[in-house]
Amino acid sequence: MANDKSLLEQYAAVVGSEVIDHLKQLSRPLQGARVLHVNSTKEGGGVAEILHRLVPLKRELGMETDWEVITGEAEFYQCTKNFHNTLQGHRYDIPDRQLEVYEQTNSDNFERLREKLEQADYVFIHDPQPAPLLSHCAQRKGKWIWRCHIDLSHPYRPVWKYLREYVKDYDSSVWSLPAFSQRMPHPMYIIPPSIDPLSEKNMDLAPDDLNNLYDEFGLDARRPIITQVSRFDRFKDPIGVIHAYRLAKAFTPLQLILAGGGATDDPEGELVLSEVKAAAEDDPDIHILLLPAVAHKVINGLQRISDIVVQKSLKEGFGLTVTEAMWKGKPVIGGNVGGIRLQVINHHTGFLVDTPEGAAFRIRYLLKRKEKRLEMGEKARDFVLENFLITRHLREYMTLMVGMKDHNNERIMLG
Amino acid sequence: MNDNINIFEIKDCALIALATGERAQNLRELGERLRNTDGACVYYHVWGSMLRPRFDDPEYQNDFAAWAYRELHDQALAEKLTSVDPTRFSDLEDLRREFIDIIEERLDELEYIPWAKSNRQFFFVRSQVVVFDTNMRVETPQSLLEHIKKMSHGSIFYHFVEARRRNASRADDFSEWLKSFGEAHETLVKALSIIDPYFNTLKELQNELITTFEKTLKGKQGN
Repeated sequence: MANDKSLLEQYAAVVGSEVIDHLKQLSRPLQGARVLHVNSTKEGGGVAEILHRLVPLKRELGMETDWEVITGEAEFYQCTKNFHNTLQGHRYDIPDRQLEVYEQTNSDNFERLREKLEQADYVFIHDPQPAPLLSHCAQRKGKWIWRCHIDLSHPYRPVWKYLREYVKDYDSSVWSLPAFSQRMPHPMYIIPPSIDPLSEKNMDLAPDDLNNLYDEFGLDARRPIITQVSRFDRFKDPIGVIHAYRLAKAFTPLQLILAGGGATDDPEGELVLSEVKAAAEDDPDIHILLLPAVAHKVINGLQRISDIVVQKSLKEGFGLTVTEAMWKGKPVIGGNVGGIRLQVINHHTGFLVDTPEGAAFRIRYLLKRKEKRLEMGEKARDFVLENFLITRHLREYMTLMVGMKDHNNERIMLG
Repeated sequence: MNDNINIFEIKDCALIALATGERAQNLRELGERLRNTDGACVYYHVWGSMLRPRFDDPEYQNDFAAWAYRELHDQALAEKLTSVDPTRFSDLEDLRREFIDIIEERLDELEYIPWAKSNRQFFFVRSQVVVFDTNMRVETPQSLLEHIKKMSHGSIFYHFVEARRRNASRADDFSEWLKSFGEAHETLVKALSIIDPYFNTLKELQNELITTFEKTLKGKQGN
């Protein structure tokens, strides 16, 4: 059934009308502003997911918002994939040929988008793929903001040095956490990512949808379930999760779900998956689920039928799977790293652990103390409601825009 | 406030964080960076904590204290840093000096410099605050109560917490306004004065304000 409520009305039902009123007030100085977002994909990945909602929300709030995608040949995407890996620490020198393609692709895209880029009041360039567009835009009218969604805390220096030349001339940049940022000669805003409560990944599901999952995946509804949702990647420590499951299972009945997407762009994923399967040793209570990238509703349901969600990463960016689980009222046992530390608060929304033994100990505790588990789950949901939904993300984008309009003064009085 | 003393103007605010690129690995660096950093950094790490992701029942009231406890494992220092009442300092420079004094005193006491693990540095962040008028006006305490029920957390922060820094009396805006009615709302002003805003989330603080207003105004009607 089509929802005839406006998007803002739909969000008001989740976050409260006062939050939406606050957004409307904040948008007043931005009425009619021309805002342009540019990234490199319309589908797939967290950036596109967020833009699919942010763009219509900004429009409803009175900003003339557009979203453009840059396009290129296979070699361009190979180059930007290399950027992604090296900026997160992988040591690899990107071939000159690929860098030439990167520069030429940006130059071509600039010509295609020239008018919009020159006329916009605010241009948000997402991630490294379109970063050089600014260097072509001599006639720009508005403010340009580079939005970095990746963890740049330990980049491979030669690649960062190359990219920095394009990024330093922006009017400001946006980072997910202070620890992920690199020093720049312009204001560096901190805006953590968010989840969308109305998306397929996070919306409420009917009881029948949840019940069907037990049959579909051969799960026993009478015994507790713990779940980790993540790619099959060593940094997500799936073997450590199996170890923790075994230690806990010696004390309490238990089923484990390890659910992750296919590894099409990650050659190492296949290898890790086979290691995980070997570690599971055909245990019928370990369910290794390779799900397609679009299986959002299934992942949503699996998180909801779980008693506890685990994210025992050894290295993590922000950890949006943690946010998603907490939104579903689940306490999370998370690795003591990255953005997980910002979300999992010991004894309140879950537990931070450093070892499989620590994870097993907390699993046993939470399964034994049902009232604690429910209380922590409730607090976890409230914590996400207050801090990590898309409405907060939007509020911070608008605060940034108002702030930049006012020459970045530390205190801005409007009206 | 307005020229018309009995009209309360409801404001709202939004805070955004900016990285400075400054970071501290040990207590000496914390003191040195704090001495030179932007005043907006002091604001962010002390006042801004209420408008950022945080959990109820925080053990420590500002980021310096929390870092001293969690990463330097120096409980004595954390206790001293958390006991600084920011409302006593109308000038951020005075507040900054107070923190620096405590840190330097601690460095004098210790025979070693406490260090954090390499991935647990203190990141200096500064704030940018946008304050805006909601165009909502209130003329009676009963009407203020109705508005508090629908207020954003930004408004609660601005009028009940941050006001203590702006107002010479160090009182919140609601109490200041109620005092303009003379002694008529003395009980409510007194009830508001014993709410400690620092151990709540803004949502909880809003609920506490609603309960206090309702109880006091109901009692008044009953008299």
